Amino acid sequence: MKMLSLPPYLRELQIEIEGHARRYGLDFFDTVFEMVDYQRMNEVASYGGFPVRYPHWRFGMEYDRMAKSFSYGLHKIYELVINNDPCYAYLLEGNSTTEQKMVMAHVYGHCDFFKSNQWFAPTNRKMMDQMANHGARVRRYMDKYGVDEVESFLDVCLSLDNLIDRHSPYVQRAPMTRVVEEEDAAVIEAPKLIAGRSYMERYVNPGDVIEKERQRLEAEQTHLEGKFPVEPVLDVASFLARNAPLKKWQEDVMNIVIAEAYYFAPQGMTKIMNEGWASYWHSIIMTRHSLNDSEIIDFAETHSATMAVSPGGINPYKIGIELFRDIEDRWDRGRFGKEYDECQDLDEKLHWNRHLGLGREKIFQVRRIHNDVTFLDEFLTPEFCWRQKLFTFEYNKKRQGFEIFSKDFKEIKNKLLAQLTNFGQPFIYVEEANYANRGELLLWHRHDSVDLDQRWGRETLSNIYKVWSRPVHLRTLIENKKRLWTHDGKEFRDSPFE
Amino acid sequence: MSILNIQKDHSRFREIVRGKIKQNLRKYITKGELIGRKGKDTVTVPVPQIEIPRFRFGSQQQGGVGQGDGDVGDQVQPGDPEDGEPGKAGKDSGEHGMDVDVNLSDLAAILGEELELPRIQPRGLDKIHTTRERYIGIRSVGPESLRHFRRTYKQALLRQISSGIYNPKDPIIIPVRDDKRYRSWKTESLPHSNAVIIYMMDVSGSMGDEQKEIVRIESFWIDTWLRSQYDGIESRYIIHDAIAREVDRDTFFHTRESGGTMISSAYKLCADMIEKEYPVSEWNIYPFHFSDGDNWSVDDTLECVRILKERVLTQSNLFCYGQVESPYGSGQFIKDLREHFSGEETVITSEIKNKDGIVQSIKDFLGKGR
Repeated sequence: MKMLSLPPYLRELQIEIEGHARRYGLDFFDTVFEMVDYQRMNEVASYGGFPVRYPHWRFGMEYDRMAKSFSYGLHKIYELVINNDPCYAYLLEGNSTTEQKMVMAHVYGHCDFFKSNQWFAPTNRKMMDQMANHGARVRRYMDKYGVDEVESFLDVCLSLDNLIDRHSPYVQRAPMTRVVEEEDAAVIEAPKLIAGRSYMERYVNPGDVIEKERQRLEAEQTHLEGKFPVEPVLDVASFLARNAPLKKWQEDVMNIVIAEAYYFAPQGMTKIMNEGWASYWHSIIMTRHSLNDSEIIDFAETHSATMAVSPGGINPYKIGIELFRDIEDRWDRGRFGKEYDECQDLDEKLHWNRHLGLGREKIFQVRRIHNDVTFLDEFLTPEFCWRQKLFTFEYNKKRQGFEIFSKDFKEIKNKLLAQLTNFGQPFIYVEEANYANRGELLLWHRHDSVDLDQRWGRETLSNIYKVWSRPVHLRTLIENKKRLWTHDGKEFRDSPFE
Repeated sequence: MSILNIQKDHSRFREIVRGKIKQNLRKYITKGELIGRKGKDTVTVPVPQIEIPRFRFGSQQQGGVGQGDGDVGDQVQPGDPEDGEPGKAGKDSGEHGMDVDVNLSDLAAILGEELELPRIQPRGLDKIHTTRERYIGIRSVGPESLRHFRRTYKQALLRQISSGIYNPKDPIIIPVRDDKRYRSWKTESLPHSNAVIIYMMDVSGSMGDEQKEIVRIESFWIDTWLRSQYDGIESRYIIHDAIAREVDRDTFFHTRESGGTMISSAYKLCADMIEKEYPVSEWNIYPFHFSDGDNWSVDDTLECVRILKERVLTQSNLFCYGQVESPYGSGQFIKDLREHFSGEETVITSEIKNKDGIVQSIKDFLGKGR
């Protein structure tokens, strides 16, 4: 990638800010800043930070949208940073020096997070190269099989790129291909208790019981053998890539889309923490070191614009930074543990201070091991929700609009967690790859309180059909009734399900 | 390199949008969806379903968490979810689509392709000219501001090599006076064609809102098409009941009178307008008339035919008459016209029963390529 050298005054600032960041113990890959104009910034942003990506019209759509909203003055991208080694970060030409400093400090927060947070550990740190590689492969397929053919298959793959198993990079999952057992493998035996003495054997393990158990296990085994996958598979996309009748290039394209989805997944899983952490550090580095007196107002304005709250949703920057500060304060003053929790005296709790000074250490630990879900689950407190004026809102049918529903801690926490689990995406599993013994695909939506949107579902099923090339079904709940959505390539059906 | 990347993807996106618009063009026309979405050079087109479909939650049950002042029961407007689903369709809209700005000329091209409209051969092509300067040549004298760097460099390089003073180890090229090359221009004269569209509409009591809407939609598309065919387009508007007058565009579509109908009054005004302001040597003239066809008397109809024959048809590229069916039925006028002008190529009549008939009638009017 072409590097534009940073203007000397910014280069100096970079060295200064990097120094501050290191002294505070931030640990990051080498960070390369590039100064770009707004057009290029929009362009890079529409490629998700990777200008070398494979060609696809949706990047053009994204660009169209960004260019428009930029020219109407609706939005401006301040910074863009990429999880890669080295870390690439883009600065917008024309921003004031104060803004550039703040962005740099912010970027070092992100870089530290990318490198240190365990959820990013499995991501490819040479993703810039990998993306270019993907781009080259897709272009080659386009040359060979035609742009339209490859592009419309990409459309189909992208339709599935939210159907991945976000935890699978961290654990071992059952294999997704059908395992063919060897004929004479494993004669099924019922487990026996240890009798100790041989004459006790027939009392401890009576023959008829053992035989019955053996038959039961055998039946279970044959039942399972017919069933594939054995257990529902959350990674629908990979399952299809491995088991659908695809051509070689199609399989490769699909795997490219899946690999990129997995690469971006941790950023979705840690949005609040990542932004909170970066904001925490830009705030510290700026206010304690880098700002001079004439810049303080500008900084305050930019910072508070970033932290703006709205009743219509949460701002990850705001929640993140406040929660990190709250944790730091709690561990500095020892406001945690059994003794604190059991204290009934509100006044004492308010002025609680054990002078532990563990705050900084604690937040470094938190940024290493948590993701948004565990972060909120572990550290959200009633006091915090109250201080931050959090509430939940729900749709009111009578009023035809959303209204504030509750300020209760439990409600808020549940709602937040529910929104974040699985990255706010529905849980869709592959349940059966040979449904009705006709080679049809049965998907299962694990319903937790929110129904799927049928219009989107219909289109998505039609795309899955294009991959599976046999009818596809999805069982779900709509208004608490079991439904089966089917797409057979020609039409969509919505039928009740027993 | 990457600049080109986004341009490629962007134009690919525009292509897809174009395809979608083409697919849905008939719907846009009959539903009049694009009227009122017109900017200066662009139209905002609601394009259905261009996002990539994914399984997602229905929005109404979802709710969320917000931050700020407010009590239980206060209304809130949920913003975009934090990761931003750009272009998410509003919860009330039936389709998930997005608005795309399309150039009027692109839209016209799409219309032309879809309805298979022939390009118009303008009259008076060689009569009217405009001139334009284009930099297409190179010469050896000129102002420094027009110096062609690469050509000059090449020339100097050539001279130095051929005269043996070029040193590959120290490749310094110094152009002398004779090496310099400058851009030069040529003045071209281009044929220029103007057109005027004269819309006439019957606003007598029998023309209801529905009928006017049809006229409005048709005039939008006629405008769009003719605009793409001529360099300069003017539109004039005449309304009439028993008497005719010229009005502006807005009044044209929103006036309702209760009088009777004397079509000849409009034709007379139209003919006067053409004679006074649009000399046939310089203008391509398109009178369009919309009515429910209930003329006052047979005499007046004959008068109309006379004016058309003597004063309008001789001047115009095309005379189009659209008869819109009103709640009181369709009138006699279209039959009279057909009778008097059978075999006359410059007169086109079209009956528009309802909005679904608009597409066909646009095709009738513009399908001749005149």
